[in-house]
Amino acid sequence: MSEESDTKDLGKTKDTTTDEVAIHISNMNKWFGTFHVLRDINLEVKRGERIVVCGPSGSGKSTLIRCINRLEEHQKGSIIVDGTELTTDLKNIDKIRSEVGMVFQHFNLFPHLTTLENCTLAPIWVRETSEKEARAIAMEMLEKVKIPEQAHKYPGQLSGGQQQRVAIARSLCMKPRIMLFDEVTSALDPEMIKEVLDTMIQLAEEGMTMICVTHEMGFARQVANRVIFMDEGQIVEQNKPEKFFSNPKSDRTKLFLSQILGH
Amino acid sequence: MSSSSFPEEKFRWGMLLSDTRYRGTSLQVITFIVFVAVFFWLVDNTLKNLALLGKDVSFDFLWIRAGYDINQRLIPYTNDSTHAMAALVGILNTLLCAFVGCIIATILGVFVGILRLSKNWIVAKLMSVYIEGFRNVPVLLWIVMVFALLTEFTPAPKAFKGANPEASMFLFDSIAITNRGTYFPAPVWGEGSIWLLIVFFLSVFAVLTLKRHSTKVKRATGKDLPTFWISILLLVAPVVAVYFFLGKPITLNYPFLKGFNFKEGIHLRNSFIALTLALALYTSAFIAEIVRAGILAISKGQTEAAASLGMRPNKIMNLIILPQALRVIVPPLISNYLNLTKNSSLAIAVGYMDVRGTLGGITLNQTGRELESMLLLMGFYLSVSLLISSVINFYNRSFQIVVR
Amino acid sequence: MANVEYVRDKEIPPAPPPLIEVGVIGWVRQNLFSSWFNSLLTILSLYFIFVCLVDFIPWAWGGHWNTKSLRECLDLDPNVACFSVLAARWEQLLFGLYPAEEYWRPTLTFVLLILSIIPILFSRYFRYFWFSVIYPGLAIWLLWGGSFWSIAIVYIGLILGVGAYFILSSKLIKTTSVSLLAAFIFTLFFFGFLSDFLARFLANVLPISLPFIESLKMGGFTLSLIVGVSGIVASFPIGILLALGRQSNLPLIKMICVGFIEFIRGVPLITLLFVASVLLNYFLPPGTNFDIVLRVVIMVTLFSAAYMAEVIRGGLAGLPLGQHEASASLGLNYWQSQRLIIMPQALKISIPGIVNTFIGLFKDTTLVSIISLRDPVGLASTIRADAKWNGIYWELYIAIGLMFFIVCFGMSQYSQYLERKLKTDN
Repeated sequence: MSEESDTKDLGKTKDTTTDEVAIHISNMNKWFGTFHVLRDINLEVKRGERIVVCGPSGSGKSTLIRCINRLEEHQKGSIIVDGTELTTDLKNIDKIRSEVGMVFQHFNLFPHLTTLENCTLAPIWVRETSEKEARAIAMEMLEKVKIPEQAHKYPGQLSGGQQQRVAIARSLCMKPRIMLFDEVTSALDPEMIKEVLDTMIQLAEEGMTMICVTHEMGFARQVANRVIFMDEGQIVEQNKPEKFFSNPKSDRTKLFLSQILGH
Repeated sequence: MSSSSFPEEKFRWGMLLSDTRYRGTSLQVITFIVFVAVFFWLVDNTLKNLALLGKDVSFDFLWIRAGYDINQRLIPYTNDSTHAMAALVGILNTLLCAFVGCIIATILGVFVGILRLSKNWIVAKLMSVYIEGFRNVPVLLWIVMVFALLTEFTPAPKAFKGANPEASMFLFDSIAITNRGTYFPAPVWGEGSIWLLIVFFLSVFAVLTLKRHSTKVKRATGKDLPTFWISILLLVAPVVAVYFFLGKPITLNYPFLKGFNFKEGIHLRNSFIALTLALALYTSAFIAEIVRAGILAISKGQTEAAASLGMRPNKIMNLIILPQALRVIVPPLISNYLNLTKNSSLAIAVGYMDVRGTLGGITLNQTGRELESMLLLMGFYLSVSLLISSVINFYNRSFQIVVR
Repeated sequence: MANVEYVRDKEIPPAPPPLIEVGVIGWVRQNLFSSWFNSLLTILSLYFIFVCLVDFIPWAWGGHWNTKSLRECLDLDPNVACFSVLAARWEQLLFGLYPAEEYWRPTLTFVLLILSIIPILFSRYFRYFWFSVIYPGLAIWLLWGGSFWSIAIVYIGLILGVGAYFILSSKLIKTTSVSLLAAFIFTLFFFGFLSDFLARFLANVLPISLPFIESLKMGGFTLSLIVGVSGIVASFPIGILLALGRQSNLPLIKMICVGFIEFIRGVPLITLLFVASVLLNYFLPPGTNFDIVLRVVIMVTLFSAAYMAEVIRGGLAGLPLGQHEASASLGLNYWQSQRLIIMPQALKISIPGIVNTFIGLFKDTTLVSIISLRDPVGLASTIRADAKWNGIYWELYIAIGLMFFIVCFGMSQYSQYLERKLKTDN
């Protein structure tokens, strides 16, 4: 890997962080059966902030962001998204889900629908927008991710990178204020990783609030305002990317960084 | 091959098997010769055997008088009708049993299959007991068991007799379950009932129009109309209103006890009920497994992606899971319909006169035309099966998920 | 921007989950009463189970086992089961009309059947595969009896034929097909002219024989097993050939195989059994008249071969194309690559499907009762025809159903286990 050389010529994206709180998580705990996956998570994300979450596999990073839009249920503590607390109340869950977009490792596009239909489905059936308007938004978003020409193809006919960009466009069509990215490049070939990361950088520059679970350290350096390192269900260390990479404090962070950076 | 770059080679007989240019053809020629030889051997044997028995091959028997009665029939038939008529009565009986059986099996199967996936432990377990119970016991045993249940454990018609009868009818004296069959009220189409039908079809048309309109509105503005309740109202209200306005033109002809048996109404024989019900129960267990597997085949990621877009569970089911699951479910579902149809040939175990009972049973025995009857019988089942498999192929071609 | 630096100084140990998540209470809450709808379902189900069992359990539990007839049962207590019929007739349900002093033969056959399956199912015992090979002959001899040598001679002939092939192909003739043909002719010659004589000779020198039992005496579960097992075993090689033929790129061969498979799958088994009972003799040279059980087994074999072919075709389709290409690039010919590379993998994937085919076939063996053979379902009517047991239904049906259920359910659990194992293996 050549993270060093990549970041030098790319330069840092500008900081869009504001003072407004987008997500507030306090003392959040989660168990899978008797297994304690998330332990006392405290995290505050500001509007416009970009956070990269990293850590060894099984450390709970994916579970953490899946809790934010209730794909997983937490059992203790509170999660407040845009002032709405995530409870068992369906109304709150609906509200939060329509404000939070999520992109998955395996794209999870709907194989029976065309690219365009994938993008218009939720606006039409959840937001109740007209088909014309939904199509217009969808085409706009597909252009943003630079694949408008694939609009009438089925997901199965696209490459992995293209599929992942469609998945991003699909989330953007709901006009989310927060985007969650769950290892979105892990299932892609190297040459496709760049096209997806470029799309994400573009989003970052527009001031989107983002939480990314990723191992792309070059991306983290360039885009993140904050890097969080998780292990065994706990937030072990967090810092600005430049300090996090140059001067890790915790032993576990050091070990992890040496494993993924130093070959 | 003169212009090819292969070196010219003199033809040898060995090349017929060793050269890729000839091998395929020569293998096929050998197969063909063997196939034709075996075929002629069988035909020759058959002709010789028939000659020894003094028989010929002729389908004329179809047009002579059958001379036997069929107690359950959908078309007019007497013992003066021809054997062909008897076969047709049998075919219709087979199709009736298959049709009704498939509908019941589908309803039960879908219901059980979905409940089998319930998060409720006890419901899921009950449904797996249902599935495993029905599909691991031979269907023939189920047929005779249901038949025994219907004939041995239901009251005789005479038990309904007297001031203080041992047995009573169900649903306000309208349904009688006896050991001679089940009696339902039959509708009597009085004067003006045609208007009722017209109104009903108009209502259906109105519902369809409403559906189209709501789709149009949805496309134009994105708003969902509450079509469900309006549709129900549209379907029920006009028909009920006209029914009373016309002075109740359709009446029910209730079965009643006369002598030692029930008269009037619709009489479903136990043989039909037992066969249809047993086949439906047996097949529903397989359908339930197909439904369950179809829903499970849709990855969890699909549900999660839809949920993260803010969709509610019922929308996820309708828009994401069902369209995909149906592609997995429908082909094996249809082939289970075929199995049910084929299994209906077990009708003989309970004395239901299906096509095997008429054409392949009494006709065969009376005329001694084993070969011809069996050929016709197999021809019937084969054409049903080919029809059904072409439906499956058509479905698969039309609804395949597009991939590179 | 505020300082975001944070380093954890104190480890949080894993804590037990809140009480509502675990333990009996947690389990009950999550699985039975998670919402009002769920609670309703739970209560309805419990009520349903109660209704089903409230009458059944006292009926079955208090059942009579020692009476002489149904009359006697009813006189004692008409509200409980009369299992005496099972006590009186269980031997018939298992063995049909097989002579009582020979019951050891089907029993031994069954025990040996289990032994002969072991080398096929568990690769650890594959070195005992020879037993699986000789088992079919042994089973036929045990069940039908007669001279041991008339069965053994078939094996001797086959061994001689295979031996002839190897000698010819290694020493005398280079072309495989020619030596195959020669060995085939030799085997034919052996069976045509020598085998009868040799069998009689051996029987005189070393007489080993069992009393002959005719087919119509066989019945009950023995008959179901005979028909089911021999059908599935004999259909296996035919099924493989049909599956390969269906995949073949030679149009004629493909056509014949597809035609056969679709024909068999398109007609009900009962019509095929009918063919066995009334028509099969028409197709064979005049004067041929052989055993009804054998005729049924032939039709059942053809029937299950078509289903087997489809299962194996599924297994073949499950293999990546690369396997064909890899074996071809190693220089293996068609049959070599099928035997060494393709089939071992395809069959492994197909085992669950094969087991399911067997379950279906085993259940379908009850259909022979319609052509008046005495399988368990047919025997139920035979037993009822006896004045002593006239009118007895449920005790018999429950017993027969339970036996089928145990066998079929056991096998289906096994095939599901295999399916799961295959999934994790790959």
